[in-house]
Amino acid sequence: MQAAETTNKVLFDGPEWTFELMEKARDAIEDIALNDLGLEIYPNQIEIISSEQMLDAYSCAGLPLMYQHWSFGKHFVRDDTLYRTGRQGLAYEIVINSNPCISYNMEENTMAMQTLVMAHAAFGHNHFFKNNYLFLQWTDAAGIHDYLAFAKNYISACEERYGLDAVEEILDAAHAMQAQGVFRYGRPPQPTAAERQAMQRVRDGYESSQSLLDLWTDSTMRHEDEDGEDEDPQISARQKELNLPQENILYFLEKNSPILRSWQREILRIVRCLAQYLYPQKQTKVMNEGCATFVHYYIINKLHERGQLTQGAYMEMMHSHTNVVLQPEYDDPRYGGINPYALGFAMMVDIRRICQSPTDEDREWFSDFAGDPDWRGVLRHAWANYRDESFIQQFLSPHLIRKFKLFTLTNDAKHPSLLVSQIHNRAGYRDIRRDLAQSYNLAHLEPDIQVTDVDLRGDRELKLTHLVRNGIQLDTVNCEEVLKHARKLWGYGVKMTATNEGDGQNV
Amino acid sequence: MHHFIDRRRNPKGKSLGNRQRFLRRARDNIKERVDRSVRGKTLQQDSGDPNEGEKVTIPAKGLKEPRLAHSATGGLRHHVLPGNKEFVVGDTIPRPQGGAGQGGSKASEDGEGEDEFSFTLSQDEYLEILFDGLELPDLVEKNTFETLTVGTRRAGLTTAGSPNNLNLVRTMRNSLGRRIALQRPTMAAQKQIESQIEELEMKEPLTAKQQKLLQELQARLEGIERKRRVVGYIDPLDLRFDTYVPEKIRNSKAVVFCLMDVSGSMQEREKDLAKRFFLLLHLFLTRGYEQTEIVFIRHTHHAQEVDEEAFFYARETGGTIVSTALEKMKEVIADRYPTDEWNIYGAQASDGENFGNDSQRCKTLLLQDLLPVCQFYAYVEIVDEDADMLLSNAEAGEDLWQAYRQVKSKVQHFEMQRVSLPSHIYPIFREFFLPKIKGAQHAGS
Repeated sequence: MQAAETTNKVLFDGPEWTFELMEKARDAIEDIALNDLGLEIYPNQIEIISSEQMLDAYSCAGLPLMYQHWSFGKHFVRDDTLYRTGRQGLAYEIVINSNPCISYNMEENTMAMQTLVMAHAAFGHNHFFKNNYLFLQWTDAAGIHDYLAFAKNYISACEERYGLDAVEEILDAAHAMQAQGVFRYGRPPQPTAAERQAMQRVRDGYESSQSLLDLWTDSTMRHEDEDGEDEDPQISARQKELNLPQENILYFLEKNSPILRSWQREILRIVRCLAQYLYPQKQTKVMNEGCATFVHYYIINKLHERGQLTQGAYMEMMHSHTNVVLQPEYDDPRYGGINPYALGFAMMVDIRRICQSPTDEDREWFSDFAGDPDWRGVLRHAWANYRDESFIQQFLSPHLIRKFKLFTLTNDAKHPSLLVSQIHNRAGYRDIRRDLAQSYNLAHLEPDIQVTDVDLRGDRELKLTHLVRNGIQLDTVNCEEVLKHARKLWGYGVKMTATNEGDGQNV
Repeated sequence: MHHFIDRRRNPKGKSLGNRQRFLRRARDNIKERVDRSVRGKTLQQDSGDPNEGEKVTIPAKGLKEPRLAHSATGGLRHHVLPGNKEFVVGDTIPRPQGGAGQGGSKASEDGEGEDEFSFTLSQDEYLEILFDGLELPDLVEKNTFETLTVGTRRAGLTTAGSPNNLNLVRTMRNSLGRRIALQRPTMAAQKQIESQIEELEMKEPLTAKQQKLLQELQARLEGIERKRRVVGYIDPLDLRFDTYVPEKIRNSKAVVFCLMDVSGSMQEREKDLAKRFFLLLHLFLTRGYEQTEIVFIRHTHHAQEVDEEAFFYARETGGTIVSTALEKMKEVIADRYPTDEWNIYGAQASDGENFGNDSQRCKTLLLQDLLPVCQFYAYVEIVDEDADMLLSNAEAGEDLWQAYRQVKSKVQHFEMQRVSLPSHIYPIFREFFLPKIKGAQHAGS
């Protein structure tokens, strides 16, 4: 009797998937995702693609549309060779931060895998895209498709009009500095001319009404400024004029390069806009994958509890899940850094544990949410308001540090050997947590390079400054190549200097 | 709102444009490798699958995408690693060679760490690069020449025909079906009753009961025999005959004769050029014909049929008598390649030298014996790179060239050209084949 009941309830039986079965599975997943976990998602558009199309998508940074460039062809050729010789598998899915949220599922997946993948991508990643502050602040999920279509058409039109070589040259140069083509911090938008005039009028009115209090007028302020700085007033004036220092090198070149033509500026703009669009994903690998993995894990367990999955399907999903969250130890030949799936998933499971059954240690470390009855709310809050670095800094518990047996290895070039500086004990928890968080801090991972000065009326040499942290220099071969590209875009000399973070000394 | 979309039917090869740009970019590297591969390549290798591409490996160096990045060594770094087993604070570990762990894995992310990069070129891409970027026109598919022969083609089954065309399988299948449907008694059933009757007859005298049984069996036997007579084992209804209709069929077999002078004056460079020419002709024909064969004939003052290895790489000494090779070709055709089955192509490469008045003999041989059976015959004269005078002036030249010029004036499907660089090969090839569509049908007609 009971057996008959469960067979009625199971979503599917057998490995083959059909659109009807997927529809049914999706509905069941949605019920848990929205009503139990309380996720909030973009509408889903789930597309079934073949392995070849997956390879296509791989080569174009996972975007559904992309302009054409040889480097994508190179990546395709490499992935294709690796795939065909069996040295690399393909992802089960790719998901795109857009509205509607597009996820690509491979046609080779079994029905169990399709279910897992839907829970993972179409609900886990989707929720993250829709709610995380970085994505909200920096990306326009509704507009990305139109923008990509525009970019593709614009660049192919340029190719037709100006020739492949001319476009390739600009794209090569722009790609070389793509990582330096993002704004890292939000700024208020520049006021338009009309707004500026309006502001001026208001200020005039205010000033005339307070004519006795001229302490704070522009003239006195500027005067003080000049007194305070020992730098050449000319330099600071032209820096101000060009809005320097500027971290977004591509933006600076686009706006100020003396030699670029308008279509070339537009191409720079396209490259940096895409870099900006992808920037949040670089900062949330652990969280994004952790969120998706946690969601799929919760959902398939719920489905299984409700009797909607057969034992076979459940085992298949669990098998795949455990593969994904495997974290090899540092001395394992498979070790290739910390697995973002493993770390993210473990941290989120841990947050739930801290809410549900906190220990004294947890109460001490996480007094704000230990024992909180609404663990779903705590997780949703974390997903919305953190990125990898801050998430680890905030939520990595001593319990997990012990579980992963984390230790810090200090590599100081001044010493002949490496030093074990912290291990998973009471004295080390905070340091390990900070070090791990720092290793996800893009500001530390990527070199800090800014446009600091240029004399447009003089030799027009563009000065870039690399702020050296902890004595870590740039890779010279690469740097020289990139500077060649930069010179092409700037038209005049480009010079890179390195400045030490602590003392401002040139090195 | 949600929906599923089946994208599997979408056009494939979305990244084709990217691939073309990549090949363009890597052209110099690829070219070098392709040139090298031609030397190591045999013509026959390609005959297996004409769609099979060419695998090339190029150094990743020229394809770097430089990025501003931290160097992998130097400075002060903290690495957090999982899986501590025995370390305590203060332990030191000797620095591993080849940079710190994390730096290394990052470098290979965009292919920088790899020294070599291998992938497969499609045949079109391969040819394009091999012949220096000369665009391969689509016309290649169409204008191969084919001879026609009259053959027969099966045209299904009929119920009437001559006994030699009887289709046994179909006939017997019909017969079996009919016998089962009409319940024709088997031989075994008849035998069984016969033996029962025999058994009873042996037991004289019979009881009344046995008598009755005997009569019953005899009646059944009679019924069986009658039914077997009426329902024949094979009935005229069952008969099926194969039918054939006569039809013109296109021959799809081609043979390429590669003729080359291997006397001392042909050096490495000349042979390499000749090899490209033969290779291209062969590739060209592989696309057009189901089956292609190659015959290699080398000659000095006498000609031999040899294998490819010997053709390109073995040295011979002696004078130069071109007609011997033509004789040999004629002989091989007569021997192995009946002209109504094979499309015959001739390709001859030489440096233009010939002995005495042998050139006249070559002309006669070509005009009378070879050209009538060939679809196409191409002669390539390989000259020095600085022989501008010869390259620009078709009228100048030695005996052989002059004799062949006379041949060309008479026969349309004979072509001759001079080359001195690999990049000359493809254009002349195109010249050879492009305008020749009309003058095609010679052999077999």
